[in-house]
Amino acid sequence: MTEERMCSQKTDRFAGKTYEVSARKMAEVYADTMIRLMNDNSDVVELEADLGACIMGGKMDEIGRYPGQLINCGIQEANMVGVACGLAAAGKIPFAHSFAPFISRRANDQIFISGCYSGANVRLVGSDPGIMAAYNGGTHMPFEDIAALRAFPGLTILEPTDEVMLEKLLCMLAGEKGMYYIRCARKAVVPIYEKEQDFTIGKGMVVKDGRDVTVIASGIMVAEALMAAERLEEEGISARVVDMFTIKPFDEELTLRCAEETGAIVTAENHSIYNGLGSAVCETLCENVPVPVERIGVHDSFGEVGDMEYLKKRFHLTAEDIVVKAKAAAARKKG
Amino acid sequence: MLSNQETKELKQFAAEIRIHTIRQMAARGFGHMGGAMSICDLLSVLYGKQMNYDARNPEWEGRDWLICSKGHAGPAVYAALALKGFFPMEWLKTLNQPGTRLPSHCDHLKTPGIDVTTGSLGQGLSVAAGIALAKKIDGKENTVYCIIGDGESQEGQNWEAAMFAAQQRLDNLILFVDNNRQQLDNRTDAICSMESLKEKFESFRWETREVCGHDVEAVNEAIRQAKHDGGRPHAIVLNTIKGKGCTFAENQLKNHHINVTKDQAAEALKALKNG
Repeated sequence: MTEERMCSQKTDRFAGKTYEVSARKMAEVYADTMIRLMNDNSDVVELEADLGACIMGGKMDEIGRYPGQLINCGIQEANMVGVACGLAAAGKIPFAHSFAPFISRRANDQIFISGCYSGANVRLVGSDPGIMAAYNGGTHMPFEDIAALRAFPGLTILEPTDEVMLEKLLCMLAGEKGMYYIRCARKAVVPIYEKEQDFTIGKGMVVKDGRDVTVIASGIMVAEALMAAERLEEEGISARVVDMFTIKPFDEELTLRCAEETGAIVTAENHSIYNGLGSAVCETLCENVPVPVERIGVHDSFGEVGDMEYLKKRFHLTAEDIVVKAKAAAARKKG
Repeated sequence: MLSNQETKELKQFAAEIRIHTIRQMAARGFGHMGGAMSICDLLSVLYGKQMNYDARNPEWEGRDWLICSKGHAGPAVYAALALKGFFPMEWLKTLNQPGTRLPSHCDHLKTPGIDVTTGSLGQGLSVAAGIALAKKIDGKENTVYCIIGDGESQEGQNWEAAMFAAQQRLDNLILFVDNNRQQLDNRTDAICSMESLKEKFESFRWETREVCGHDVEAVNEAIRQAKHDGGRPHAIVLNTIKGKGCTFAENQLKNHHINVTKDQAAEALKALKNG
């Protein structure tokens, strides 16, 4: 099958999509998948810092059936990460969860020294990234978690886009060595992938083809980008959409190909424009294929309370914002 | 109890650890002398008597683990490991040389026999607790030893780990506090006093003991007793002297990281050899 044919199929699949969120929360997907992994392998352990009920919901009791596999450390993220590294050193397969700001900021040096520098094998799960912290507000709303971790050698950073991807990645990581940060929604998100879809770390996904501009998005911004692409299509601009769930390792090859083929790039992330997806794209492009880039993301601001719709507008993370930036990027193309 | 012969051998082993620690630093011209010297008697008891290990197979599953959370004491641990055959004695000449396998701070990925990487103070006890918990879950008999400094105990993460270890009833975890009462800048009491570390760990639901850290018989007996008491993690406060046994560093206030000249080293080695 030619590349062109593959892309046109993807275009068809997303045509006329409704972009409603799934009936199933990402937290439920996480809980169900962890229970399955624990059941399949007694070495799989899940660590919490007293936010278990936030991601496991009513499944906490069920997990209690696996003694020694759910370890609630109490409100102490630094120790939790250290304990996870120790468990891994002694042969366990730990997943350690907290809200994204607490695991990335409070346990930052533990992730670096006890984790990455030590060659540990721990899967860190940071939930409620960016505006998904909603009514928990600015204290809980990390626009900087990727930035705080991206320069750590050997740390893989993934942002699962929907329930299919979350489940697949969790299962994959249970069998992998190394340090991982999984930036994980708890709320329901827009389904993007069919159940059969497979994913490769380091390889971004072209979810819609286009000729005039590429929107490289992550997390909840993938659905916004697809909506934006439909609107752009109506105005005669053909936008490609890439889901760059693999923040690190970053898919440089795909990014360069999109720059060469479409000549303009928009990045869209539920994170600061500093040292996240937009930075990774710009670093890659300016060293190789400098094309016009416009970045959607949070501009050096703290979070605040609100519902998702309010916060999307407040921080300019909507499909409309992407439309505006895509037109600007396309207009800046030479020739 | 140790036999007279065992006591003599452990004292001799401790002296050899000190000699080779000073030699390492003298070869490079500097090092973390104070905190390395204060744990040499403990290392002698651990590697000479109490720990199960296989120097030819450092990753042996049946081994006891040692996490030297005060990672800057690495050179003392390297001396003990080399003397017990984990790697050739010649490696000791390479401390902190470019490309070395013996860096300032303990590194599991570089040095055979170093169980856990340390160097950012306050993190080793959490990792030790994780290892101890894994062994508990699996029903294994391994003992997990950890060394922190009294200055290091100012790091809050230690107390998170202390609560956690007590809650999980990690009686296979034995923590030593190298209570040399000095830290880099000054006396510990003058900067952020820890008062009684024994009482602190007691209040965190640990089984505690306090002995002279330079008395191999007392250290050995404390470990032996700790292994007998079940149900709680163990803290053994070792009252020590920073720089102990190194003539030009012992009890000096500024001995955390010092320059070491060939003449100073020769004088210190002579004193150690004369016992």
